[in-house]
Amino acid sequence: MSFVQISNVDLLYGKQAAADEHDATLALKNTSIDLAQGDFVAVVGPSGCGKSTLLKLISGLIRPTRGEVRVGGETVVKPLKIVGMAFQNSTLLPWRNIRDNVLLPLEIVEPYRSQPRGERSKNRDRADELLRTVGLDKFGEKMPWQLSGGMQQRAQLCRALIHEPSILLLDEPFGALDTFTREELWGVLQELWMRRKCTVVLVTHELREAVYLADKVYIMSPRPGQIVTTAKVDLPRPRSLETTYLPAFIDLVHECRHHIKLGTAA
Amino acid sequence: MTWATIERFSPWIATAMLFLLWWAFVAIFRIESYILPSPIETFVALYQYREPLLKHGLATLTTTLLGFGFAVVFGLLLGILIGSFRLAYSALYPVLIAFNSVPKAALVPIFVIWFGVGTVPAVMTAFMLSFFPVVVNVATGFATIEPELIDVLRSLGATRRDIIVKIGFPRSLPHFFASLKIAITLSFVGSVIAEIVAGNNGIGNVMLIAGSNFNVPLVFAALLVVGLMGIGMYAIFAVFERRFTGWSVRGMGGIEHATGG
Repeated sequence: MSFVQISNVDLLYGKQAAADEHDATLALKNTSIDLAQGDFVAVVGPSGCGKSTLLKLISGLIRPTRGEVRVGGETVVKPLKIVGMAFQNSTLLPWRNIRDNVLLPLEIVEPYRSQPRGERSKNRDRADELLRTVGLDKFGEKMPWQLSGGMQQRAQLCRALIHEPSILLLDEPFGALDTFTREELWGVLQELWMRRKCTVVLVTHELREAVYLADKVYIMSPRPGQIVTTAKVDLPRPRSLETTYLPAFIDLVHECRHHIKLGTAA
Repeated sequence: MTWATIERFSPWIATAMLFLLWWAFVAIFRIESYILPSPIETFVALYQYREPLLKHGLATLTTTLLGFGFAVVFGLLLGILIGSFRLAYSALYPVLIAFNSVPKAALVPIFVIWFGVGTVPAVMTAFMLSFFPVVVNVATGFATIEPELIDVLRSLGATRRDIIVKIGFPRSLPHFFASLKIAITLSFVGSVIAEIVAGNNGIGNVMLIAGSNFNVPLVFAALLVVGLMGIGMYAIFAVFERRFTGWSVRGMGGIEHATGG
């Protein structure tokens, strides 16, 4: 039963602005993806292959030029409200402390938005609970700039999850971090996902990250982005850093890398 | 004396030195007081005419604050409009630039034709001179919101109003306060110009009359009063700025908290 279904989607940027279609950029070409509820998939590919575009399509921030995006059986025509997003750069609001940053979605998404004031303390507890699971207890009162990059990304994950979205869209969330911090956060993200079982789409260009975290890795070609192949990851969970040294893991990474090379040559 | 104390008193020291230079210049070149009065003569005039200076100073302050108040309200609204809608930006920005290039002193006679001599032209001039920095700064604050931030909110189903309230306002606050400090000083310039050109009241009018009587020390005393009021208002907004936008000034002993994640 597919939950997120992208069928034969083309996406042309700047179509209105360009005089003829050759001036417009074709970001995605004939792309199809099918996700079941609770899937964790990764999308990898060279820079500018339309990975982020894919996320925007799923969340309804942009509409496909051709083809169709369906979520939960319905065609996406406007921004969905069941989505949590996190990006490479910290997008925490610098004027709010960490807890208030995490609580931001609850000020916008129904039914939390119109909750009576009495419920607010319950929300605070939820935010604190979530911060604790990513190791940020005691940091709720701190301002974002007082936290390191890795801690800011943890907080961003909390913000993406506080309203219990059914889809989590991650756009290179660990891209700006050092290797050790990144590997630690893979574990954090895996644990969050195993606990909540929401559908996750992770865009990355780190193959090890993709294989570590995902059940399925989609590999895309350079622009115009197209899905070249799909690698299934059957490694048992929870995966750990040790997993990344197993032959099966390394083989998978190699296989993915191989396809990315082909994509670049084409 | 520590460096911090020197920094603390540096404005006073700099001001004192400026007066000293002024005094030395007048004394060395033996300049007549109807050309350039010495600071001492100026202070004497300041004391001697303290009552009219206070009365007209307050009149100027009222005029200035009225014009400034209108400028803030109008500037804020127009800034939000221009900053959040691309169409408004392309449509209105050239007009704004053209408008701001017009010398405001030249507008005073027109205001007089429309509203007569008195407070209204001065308020209008103060407004005209001071709304531009508010518009530009607020618009900048709104127009430079990170696109990812907007994506985060939109993907939650936020309306444009949500984005303006939750992100636009707080994010623009530092820009807004910076513009207030510029706007209040420009507002003084506007009201005093209008009072000189076509006033029957206010510090500008005092200067005009004193000038035509060759009472140059009084002219300088009046200038001093305007300068003092400007500093006073600037200081008030600086306090507000620190209170409301402390987050934008980093590193108040917070660096030690930034440990590895």
